Amino acid sequence: MIAADASGGVAALDWVMGIIDWAAANWSHPGEPDRGILPRLLEHMRLSYVSILIGLVIALPLGLACVRWSPVYPPVLTGVNVLYAVPSIALFFLMLPYTGFSDWTAIIPLALYTLVVLLPNVVDGLRQVPEHVRQAAVAMGFGPLRRLVAVELPVAVPVIIAGLRVASVATISMVSVASLVGLGGLGQLIVSEGFRRQFDAPIVVGIVLTVLLALATDTVLVIAQRLLTPWAHAGKGRLARKRAARAEAAAAGRDAAVGSGSTPDHPESP
Amino acid sequence: MNVLTLLVEWFSDPAQWTGTAGIPARLGEHVYYSLLGLLLSTAIAVPVGLITGHTGVGGFLTTSLANFARALPTIGVLFLIVLLAGIGLVPVVCALVALAVPPILVNTHEGVRGVDPRLRDAALGMGMRGREVLFKLELPVATPLILLGMRTAAVQVVATATIAAYVGVGGLGRYIVDGQARQDLSMLLGGSVLVVALAVVTTLLFAGLRRLLVAPGLRAEAAAAR
Repeated sequence: MIAADASGGVAALDWVMGIIDWAAANWSHPGEPDRGILPRLLEHMRLSYVSILIGLVIALPLGLACVRWSPVYPPVLTGVNVLYAVPSIALFFLMLPYTGFSDWTAIIPLALYTLVVLLPNVVDGLRQVPEHVRQAAVAMGFGPLRRLVAVELPVAVPVIIAGLRVASVATISMVSVASLVGLGGLGQLIVSEGFRRQFDAPIVVGIVLTVLLALATDTVLVIAQRLLTPWAHAGKGRLARKRAARAEAAAAGRDAAVGSGSTPDHPESP
Repeated sequence: MNVLTLLVEWFSDPAQWTGTAGIPARLGEHVYYSLLGLLLSTAIAVPVGLITGHTGVGGFLTTSLANFARALPTIGVLFLIVLLAGIGLVPVVCALVALAVPPILVNTHEGVRGVDPRLRDAALGMGMRGREVLFKLELPVATPLILLGMRTAAVQVVATATIAAYVGVGGLGRYIVDGQARQDLSMLLGGSVLVVALAVVTTLLFAGLRRLLVAPGLRAEAAAAR
């Protein structure tokens, strides 16, 4: 990038090598456990994973409630969408007087943001359970709870995981903003080590590690989906692929794919 | 120290409403950066999405790249460009474009891809050529999704234009940055509330735009599906 006006490839290579050298030298400092790149990466993982988990823990019961009592869903969804319109940096600052410099200042807003993807996906996932499957479960003597845990949730897993994938990428990239408020994570590398010292290596390392973390998390979720829904891959390649494609479509989220108007995503009456 | 009284005091101070550091000026700057970022991204993402969606060429590559770009931390991109290119409007707009292109691109691509093949067959059967199919059928049918992508992008852009203040440019972010630096809670809160309000207004604007741009037939169909 910097090499565009410099003397071509050699300069670019030097630049990259310099960054790798810096990363290797600063990866961790044995004597001081709180300095270096590794502790920031671990902080980043902690902040983002806890937020996503809390978001999921809220979205599941809330989604269930929205499916059971469907008139509740549109206002709840509108509320979540309005919340999502609140910029993360503003929300972090608004949290400061209440939570101070604890992890919660980042976790509470980030967990609320994940709802905008997770809630519609949980609801859509549960709604697409075929009626005959539900009736079969009832006929087999399944009570409401057992039906939910053993039948409905497993059928909804692909759509829920699709939502988790979108939410996790968004959350992992947003945690960096928390460092502007003075919280940790890879953003701290970008802001205090990089920008305030006018030094590009930490910024590049921060960006690259954030992207890698997002990709690694995404891969883990894809694998988790395969393990949780073995039936989707057993034989009948075409049908399975079709189903996967549909889940993928729902994945691109709230944003993309559902052109049939089945995603009520228009908070026209806030 | 009630948050609400702080806000009311801050907003009712007449000094707040005039001059280059006043609310109207800052709001204008913020809207200007956001519009610039959004229009540029639309100009890039919609044509690319239309082409990949229509031809199917490079669709997987562009959507993968776009999803990959979603993982980019915006402040990292912004600060890196500032370090390399210097302070100014350019790094801010570049960072906003990097943020806004992926959702618009993915939605445009998916919108065109998702057009019912029977509709496409009918258009071909009526003697439409490739380009006519694209502009008379696929673009109108994909419009709701494209607008949805633009709305997502616009809200994110409005929220993120706040960060412009960290690299010495104006906008509503100034209140947040300066409020933080001066330990002035009311200023910080006031700035945040203004950004939130602007984001909500943006959402409403897109609801209106949807009414204006989506073909009546498609709207009726969507209503029936719901």
